[in-house]
Amino acid sequence: MRESRYWVLHMLSAMVILVFLGLHMALMHLSGVLALIDPALAKPVAWGHVLARARSDFFTVTYIFMLAAALFHGLYGLRTMLYELSENPALRKAVTVSFVAGGLGLFGLGAYALIAMHLMTRA
Amino acid sequence: MTSNTTLPRRYPNRLGLLGWLGKGRHGIERYLYTLHRLTGLALLGFLVFHIFVTSSRLLGRQVWEPIMALTHHPVFQAVEFLIFVAFGFHALNGVRLLLVEMGFAVGKPEEPVYPYKSSLNRQRPLMLTMMVLTGLFILLGGFEFFALDH
Repeated sequence: MRESRYWVLHMLSAMVILVFLGLHMALMHLSGVLALIDPALAKPVAWGHVLARARSDFFTVTYIFMLAAALFHGLYGLRTMLYELSENPALRKAVTVSFVAGGLGLFGLGAYALIAMHLMTRA
Repeated sequence: MTSNTTLPRRYPNRLGLLGWLGKGRHGIERYLYTLHRLTGLALLGFLVFHIFVTSSRLLGRQVWEPIMALTHHPVFQAVEFLIFVAFGFHALNGVRLLLVEMGFAVGKPEEPVYPYKSSLNRQRPLMLTMMVLTGLFILLGGFEFFALDH
């Protein structure tokens, strides 16, 4: 039952990633094409644009959601692949525990950076 | 005499990593499955790297700008394009998998009457559509990465 819940979450996180990461990829990696339509969308990694996104509530909240969804989706996917390679319960538990710890650590770092930048640019 | 309860369970049909390579008569979807996993692994690796790089902006402009200057190196640009390709494929093939998972594009269950129609063949137009869209997405990315001045 728990595994089927994880699978549903895997599907839901895929939908979240599809929308938000699609937007992120377009803004960050198709900026040259988008700048042909609106020149303001050029050079998204310029420091001024980084600060503008950090100041925005929309970007801060969606980045946190996207970070959580992407980490869950990716780590659950890798866990599935590793589970296929061994049926050893101790090994499987070690994989799950280390992925949960690693995922929470990465989420903590990413979310801290997002929230701290948001608060600094708002101050 | 040994008890069956003490024997480990065996699945002789499990192919492990070799199963990713096909090992039998499979349609193209089998290879898309392998590619979906490989691109997923690449994207996960990039995500971890990306979290560390983007968190460096907390250290200020004097740290951020030299890091971003490194990303303009041709090697990094090539890697970034490959990640873009991996994202395009993984996302659009993932849409196909989601639709099939939810029962779309595979047809309704029916009596198996010869000549048989399998759900795999029924979803093939969806697969082809998604692969064409992936190709267009990659072309757009190629134009961005290689034709436009950054």
